[in-house]
Amino acid sequence: MHIPDGYLSPSTCAVLGAVMAPVWYRASYKLKYTLDAARVPLLAMGAVFSFLIMLFNVPIPDGTTAHAVGASLLAIVLGPWAAVIALSVALFIQALVFGDGGILAFGANTFNMAFIAPFAGYYTYALLGKGAKPGAKRQLTAAFAAGYISINIAALAAALEFGCQPLLFTAADGTPLYCPYGFSVTIPAMMLAHLTVAGLVEGFITLIALKCIIHAEIPLGLEKTDKEEIQDV
Amino acid sequence: MYKRFWLALLALALLSPLGLIADGTAWGEWDGKELQSSLGFVPEGIEHFSQWQQALFPDYTVSIGRMALSQAAGYVFSAVVGSVLIYAISMLITKFMLRHKNKTVINE
Repeated sequence: MHIPDGYLSPSTCAVLGAVMAPVWYRASYKLKYTLDAARVPLLAMGAVFSFLIMLFNVPIPDGTTAHAVGASLLAIVLGPWAAVIALSVALFIQALVFGDGGILAFGANTFNMAFIAPFAGYYTYALLGKGAKPGAKRQLTAAFAAGYISINIAALAAALEFGCQPLLFTAADGTPLYCPYGFSVTIPAMMLAHLTVAGLVEGFITLIALKCIIHAEIPLGLEKTDKEEIQDV
Repeated sequence: MYKRFWLALLALALLSPLGLIADGTAWGEWDGKELQSSLGFVPEGIEHFSQWQQALFPDYTVSIGRMALSQAAGYVFSAVVGSVLIYAISMLITKFMLRHKNKTVINE
């Protein structure tokens, strides 16, 4: 899901970068007031976890590969705004040091994996699992669903970004300038990979890791980023 | 307190070459050569922008000078180097935010 440079037009990259600027601002504002100093290492470890889990490519039936992201886990444990920061740092190093995801496409990749994904996971989990007893079946089911749904929504976002390119940007003779495939190719391809394989992997990773974190009695971020707390300040 | 998690992260880094077993490229992440053979041409924008920036360890492969690490060793090396960088930057960013927070509190 790491879009390389050249697949999206510079204008697409600029738009998504412009969308991410207030998201990062909001995230840093939220963290400034709600982040507990004792949880700083946990946030950094979350970023590392996400980076490492993205190295595990899994095969897709059509011959491509995909990978989990860990966005839902970070959103559930750290809160969605902390997850935005942690995932953005991981994606930044991937793009800069390893060429995994473009530098120009950084806004697009963070939009999909560091904004859409953690928030989709967070709200899915909040909807299905809020108030569940720690370790209860309902909580773990909610964690699985959060992982599955969040990575699929992020994949859909990437598919839409890819797919609009040949509609919007072609050379004078009609040949595509950037991603050559339209929605009819990008959506089935991205969704096949994530609905069948990567979504399940993300779901299980969210479930298993959350179980370990609950076992270690680390409080989850769900309560910590509630509205009242920010209003207190 | 987080010792157990550190061990888990270390295990992930050491096991990362398992991610190399899946052969093939992720959808939409092909390089010019792959596109040339599947499409018959390389779209102009991809040709133009794909190589404008050369990463230090492209695609998690490591070669320093004339010495190139095997794919698996390069992957583990990349996992460790990347983890250290990401941990350090995350700590710096969040510590900076907290310092800001403390300042605000003092001013009040």
